[in-house]
Amino acid sequence: MKNDFIWMAGGPQGSGVDSSANIFARACCYGGLHVYGKREYSSNIKGMHSYFHIRVSPSEVGAIVNRVDLLCTFDAESVVRHIWEVSPGGGIICDTGIIETKISSILSLPFAFIEEWNKSLNERGIHPETVGDLLDEVKKNNVKIYPIPYLEMLKEIGKEIGEQQLSKLTRMINVLSLGASFGLANYDKEYVEKAINMIFGKKPKIISMNLLALNKAYDYTRKNFADAGINLKTLRTDEQRIFLQGTQAVALGKLAGGCRVQTYYPITPAADESEYIEENQVFEITGSNKTGGILVVQTEDEIAAITMATGSALTGARSATSTSGPGFSLMAEGLGWAGINEVPVVINYYQRGGPSTGLPTRHGQDDLRFAIHASHGEFPRIIVCSGDIEECFYDAARAFNYAERYQTPVIHLIDKALANSNKSYKIFDLTLVKIERGELLTEADVAGKNYRRFEFTDSGISPRLPIGTPGAVFWNTGDEHNELGHVTEESMMRTRMHEKRMRKLETADREIQEKERVNFFGDEDAPMTIVSWGSPKGAILEAMEMLRKDGFRMNFVQVRIPHPLPKKYIEKILGNSSKKIVVEGNYSAQLAGIIREETGILMDYFILKWNGRPMSADEVYEALLNIVQNRAQTRQVLTGGA
Amino acid sequence: MALKLSDYRTQVFNDWCPGCGNFGILTSLQMALVDLALQPSRVVILSGIGCHGKTPHFVNAYGVHTLHGRALPFAIGIKLANPELEVIVHGGDGDGLGIGAGHFVNTGRRNLDMTYIIHDNGVYGLTKGQASPTLKLGVKTKAMPKPNINEGVNPIALGLAAGFTFIARSYCYDVGHLKETIKMAVKHKGMALVIVQQWCPTYNDINTKGWYNGEDRIDPVTGKPIPRLYKLEESGYDGVVHKPEEVIPKTVAALTRAFEWGDKIPIGVFYQNELLSTYQERISQRITTYPGTPPAKEIIADNMGEPATSIKKMLDELKVTG
Repeated sequence: MKNDFIWMAGGPQGSGVDSSANIFARACCYGGLHVYGKREYSSNIKGMHSYFHIRVSPSEVGAIVNRVDLLCTFDAESVVRHIWEVSPGGGIICDTGIIETKISSILSLPFAFIEEWNKSLNERGIHPETVGDLLDEVKKNNVKIYPIPYLEMLKEIGKEIGEQQLSKLTRMINVLSLGASFGLANYDKEYVEKAINMIFGKKPKIISMNLLALNKAYDYTRKNFADAGINLKTLRTDEQRIFLQGTQAVALGKLAGGCRVQTYYPITPAADESEYIEENQVFEITGSNKTGGILVVQTEDEIAAITMATGSALTGARSATSTSGPGFSLMAEGLGWAGINEVPVVINYYQRGGPSTGLPTRHGQDDLRFAIHASHGEFPRIIVCSGDIEECFYDAARAFNYAERYQTPVIHLIDKALANSNKSYKIFDLTLVKIERGELLTEADVAGKNYRRFEFTDSGISPRLPIGTPGAVFWNTGDEHNELGHVTEESMMRTRMHEKRMRKLETADREIQEKERVNFFGDEDAPMTIVSWGSPKGAILEAMEMLRKDGFRMNFVQVRIPHPLPKKYIEKILGNSSKKIVVEGNYSAQLAGIIREETGILMDYFILKWNGRPMSADEVYEALLNIVQNRAQTRQVLTGGA
Repeated sequence: MALKLSDYRTQVFNDWCPGCGNFGILTSLQMALVDLALQPSRVVILSGIGCHGKTPHFVNAYGVHTLHGRALPFAIGIKLANPELEVIVHGGDGDGLGIGAGHFVNTGRRNLDMTYIIHDNGVYGLTKGQASPTLKLGVKTKAMPKPNINEGVNPIALGLAAGFTFIARSYCYDVGHLKETIKMAVKHKGMALVIVQQWCPTYNDINTKGWYNGEDRIDPVTGKPIPRLYKLEESGYDGVVHKPEEVIPKTVAALTRAFEWGDKIPIGVFYQNELLSTYQERISQRITTYPGTPPAKEIIADNMGEPATSIKKMLDELKVTG
């Protein structure tokens, strides 16, 4: 494992798990450290358990590992939920007030959890009644317990600021636990204060209350647990870094990419993106003192979201909508209309566990095939899959180029693990964002000519004119149509027009560069090849590094555009491989199926996961190790993550 | 040069049934465009699916024949991205009030400056005569196996509740009235709804031309039919809101008239309120550059493909070091 430190905050939803994690992560970033954070929450507003996993390292990290070095709990449930994840030598911060709490009295623990819990206790041969009993058990594994008198501290703070109402004070439990965390690590408090100022923004009263809470808990742990031995040292760096989550990266990419109309219907985890865009909807125009703007329209449903974005795209404005699986299901018909009308519309599709509402707040990679096949009939489309937050940015911008060049819908597949993870990065390189508008005509190009919107061409691409251009008219219809866009059912016209549209996919396949379609990692001559797509990238890369240290070499093809599939490339790499391994976050190994369908190549091993939690580096490592040591089943199912 | 009716016609063969009410609506629309002197390339005609759906193909203007029930959100997308365009949306009664009812309601809430014309004939013509959402309870048109088991929705009342700021009804056979109504709707600042009572000579054998004309009701004195339709403006009705305090009383008055049906069916303007801000005005308050450079007009890159949008401010906010 890397020289890293893993911190986790857990508590009921609404208790500030998110803000404490954000403060923790930022304070670490300010101190020159790299951070990767993963957020897990329930489909619930208040009360259900949520947690935030933060991995801090001197160098960049792209995945989580299933281990906790310091567990920072706000309530008894968080102790019970995560206690077995704490590594030997690690620590647990908890409220002194929960030590006597009976585990059976924690009513929010779901039945399925209790069943598993009892089983694990039986296996361990222990029978703790209270949280305190439980904590005593892990002390045997050299886990240190740091009880903090939250209530007393809150009362003291209340006295100092003249606040009697306990309910207003309990909101600061999260910051007390932060103070305790940083106190144990003896971390430079200045960075934490800076983070608190940043997170609580323009609310000076809340900032001062929280700074008080921070100091109280920090000083308490310094005094009572001075030698905790937690390794969290600041580093000097001159690098310009940003810290952001996936939805923000997508939003930034879309803005830089020239998106001017964004429609959406609220859905987890996509809605964060649209809200972030709306907050920043007025922006500067580079090299001028002017501003520009992007419209953000919250629609009545996803049917309106896709059709409205399509309408805007017809006028020449770069337009997009952002959704998740259930929303995309509703968009299917609209997608087909954009397909037959050759409209460049972009759909940023955040997958989560399905089918139906499925796991509304949890991760999944189940929708690759759906993205490729959604809507009846046949039409070309391009699917772009991002593997990390940085790729989310560049892909979101580039998706519009594909959409406009090939005049067809582009689906940018993202997933919950990317949407709600946050990570520190070297600041994005804006010079890598280029805007290519394809064959876009203006008034001058069509003056005096009889413009045909769906003109037959060799490439299948008919030069596009925005609706409303003076001096011309054309028609659109969801029916099969002639070159002018009028309805036709004539058999010859149908044959030619359908072929013209489909030909665009071949043109795209020919034109889109390999480097935009696949990433290759590892040694070309390695005997084993991993194939994957989307968010497992980070875990795979780290697992490969671990295996390399063990003396096992492999390479990794990350498919960024699975449709049209870069067949020749995949045939070339997999043709040289003696063990072909696919890694995907779904049950049916969808990418493996597509590769088989398009190339005839069968995978030898399948590493799959669908429990709603992203892949961690250690579980992918274990699975790969099983394969290289010839003791793996063909199909390995990962189940890590609480 | 002044525009003529022929400037708005296309060569596309019109395959509506002989005697279809759509002919009157199409002609009225084209006549209204002539009177309004709108260049074809400034006009976008949209439609959904159903017999009305082919309307754009017969009009020489930008035409967008969309999905069943979805013409409104497509239209909103076009209008928002390029507010200079005159956007006129056609819908059927099944299209707009059945499958597209959600968009109908939410379009009323937004108050974009557009026009929505519903071709209301009480039946689904293109699928051969099933009951549409406006057909009254117990009515059985000729292709229906049984009488209608649902009550018909009242589109005028629904339009009022949804927030359309211009609501009128007209009749497909009164081309002069319909043309003037469409012109008023287009000129209206805000979202206009025009319900056009229309016969379907093939499938609606109840609400026929003769029924609207009152041929079943002969005046014993004159010996002539008593028409069912009457003009609101001729009955001393004024649906226009002139000051804010009139909004509620005029809405109530319109609602009362909206429920007149059967022997007395009002046509004309039920309600008009130009005091409410339009969606475009609301956007302009948030994005001051919107009126001059709406999304369709913004330059998003220079000749080298360098993005015009600066995301520097956002990146600065996300910065943690350096």
